[in-house]
Amino acid sequence: MAQVTLNSVRKVYPNGVEAVTSSSFKIEDGEFVVLVGPSGCGKSTLLRMIAGLEDITEGTLEIGDRVVNNVDPADRDIAMVFQNYALYPHMTVRKNIAYGLKNRKTPADEIERKVAEAAKMLNLEEYLERKPSQLSGGQRQRVAMGRAIVRDPALFLFDEPLSNLDAKLRNQMRIEIKALQRRLGVTSIYVTHDQVEAMTMADRIIVLNGGRIEQIGTPSEIYHNPASVFVASFMGAPPMNLIDATITGGQVTLADGVAMGALQTSAQGAVKLGIRPEDVQLVSEGGVSINVELIEELGAHRLLHGKLGGQPFTIHVLKDIPVDPGAHQISVDPAAICLFDAASGMRL
Amino acid sequence: MKRAGFSTKWMPIMLLMPQLVIIAIFFYWPAWHAIQSSFYLQDPFGFGSTFVGLENYTDLLGNSEYRRVALFTLVFTVLVTFFSLAIALLLAVKADNVLRGARTYRTLLMWVYAVAPPVAGFIGLIMFDQSWGPLTRLAGFFGWDFVLGVNFNDTAAAMVLVSVWKQIPVNFIFFLSGLQSIPRSVREAALIDNGSATGRFWDVTFPLLAPTGFFLLIINITYALFDTFGIVDTLVKGEPGNNPMTLVYKVYVDGFRGNDLGGSSAQSVILMVLVLALTVFQFRLIDRRIHYT
Repeated sequence: MAQVTLNSVRKVYPNGVEAVTSSSFKIEDGEFVVLVGPSGCGKSTLLRMIAGLEDITEGTLEIGDRVVNNVDPADRDIAMVFQNYALYPHMTVRKNIAYGLKNRKTPADEIERKVAEAAKMLNLEEYLERKPSQLSGGQRQRVAMGRAIVRDPALFLFDEPLSNLDAKLRNQMRIEIKALQRRLGVTSIYVTHDQVEAMTMADRIIVLNGGRIEQIGTPSEIYHNPASVFVASFMGAPPMNLIDATITGGQVTLADGVAMGALQTSAQGAVKLGIRPEDVQLVSEGGVSINVELIEELGAHRLLHGKLGGQPFTIHVLKDIPVDPGAHQISVDPAAICLFDAASGMRL
Repeated sequence: MKRAGFSTKWMPIMLLMPQLVIIAIFFYWPAWHAIQSSFYLQDPFGFGSTFVGLENYTDLLGNSEYRRVALFTLVFTVLVTFFSLAIALLLAVKADNVLRGARTYRTLLMWVYAVAPPVAGFIGLIMFDQSWGPLTRLAGFFGWDFVLGVNFNDTAAAMVLVSVWKQIPVNFIFFLSGLQSIPRSVREAALIDNGSATGRFWDVTFPLLAPTGFFLLIINITYALFDTFGIVDTLVKGEPGNNPMTLVYKVYVDGFRGNDLGGSSAQSVILMVLVLALTVFQFRLIDRRIHYT
């Protein structure tokens, strides 16, 4: 059990590319933190630096109370689950799981006990004598998990562990990993590009973009109070509607001159309005008019796609509200609107 | 699936012809002749031959000289195979870790591959030259009076050394590509599971290289047995005398120097059977090997 502290950690590759700009954050003991961002945002590099597979160019990394910048991966008391499982193809499942323990001079009977325990927990008991090539993707993923949990490490690192699985298995494993982490209480850092995984699994989310931390917060904070246009558009499916508008004395006007009403804000000039699709209500009269061009039927709800102020706009309506394409009136609760600076994209 | 076919049955035969003709003229025909003449005793001056049945073969088995050469060939093969594999593996593991200038380094290591066996043998001759060979001098520095072509053991040592040197690049290329086909994440997982580099090599890298290693083992045995002819020929300077030689070289010496075509044919038939056995062994084991994905 341990907390993880990064102090101005930075990564610059020999070719001069800065993969991670100076980043600082602290992960509490037992916390499940998800690093999320588009590919190339530096999330894997950050994780690999914590694992010791990548050198830290600047700054200090602490696991527990120990600075581990120059500690070998094997001595950092971590366990890692890789995207393509990284099982040893020539070893049986049992040996795969036991390998890390064996090298740490664990007594044979204790290895035996721990492997049996992990196998039971992960439903792998009948596969212990098989080779990884004889297992399905989900089973391999479980073996990789088993390899991590038998070690009883201070820190779990997950590098997109579910991205090689099909959608159904992914949902199932997502819950299993989360439940396992809850039960074991081990501090975990999980890297993914899938915002649904981030939202559902994390205690806290760290959103990265272009090697920079955009926002750190609980899933709810990230979702309801995005710190920037990037976070607003990256998190949530469908993403937040972002509409260009101008504010003069609290009056909001869209790009095509349509008046949206008044907002309690001191902001002036060009802004972006961030509106979650589910914060929009259809009203019979008195709202802003929008032409619904397309309806996406999703069972429990529908997504209406249209244009507002000349920009794409999505509305989320529940299944029991009948809607047809065509002209509609909408209203938005002013409290649910996020304002972003039009130039910098930062929250106002 | 629809299979592509030829309109006439002659077309495929015509296309195969060049290959078949070459194999027939340069392999099957001589091989057939060798088998045939191994049952005859040839007149040294080519005036006639007498059918002697298996006498050529029984003579060989009872011949102490033949057994001595066979023993030397065995020792030679084991030494050449072992050292060329071991050194190449070491170099490949080291080269795999090199990040800067890796290309240059690898190219330099592969260069020797382009050297023809007789040229390699000739370079060996120069290195071990009696009066100014640098390796002879080096040996002399340690009090070893190295005499190539006169002392049996010295000549054998030079033969092994040159043969190993010549074979290392081939093994190196295969080992390096074998190492690079081990998934990076598997190595990284090992990095987290095992703090000792030596331990990781023997537990993870080496077993994953086994398919490559096994393939190379067969290639190297074949090389040491047959392809070292040029090196042996150059190093013994055509004066077999008391010098060490391999079975293949003895075929040549007995047949073309000693004019004993029958006995030499019998020797080459034995070698043919040996190659056949090696090939069967190789295919059997390759079939059974697990191919890691």
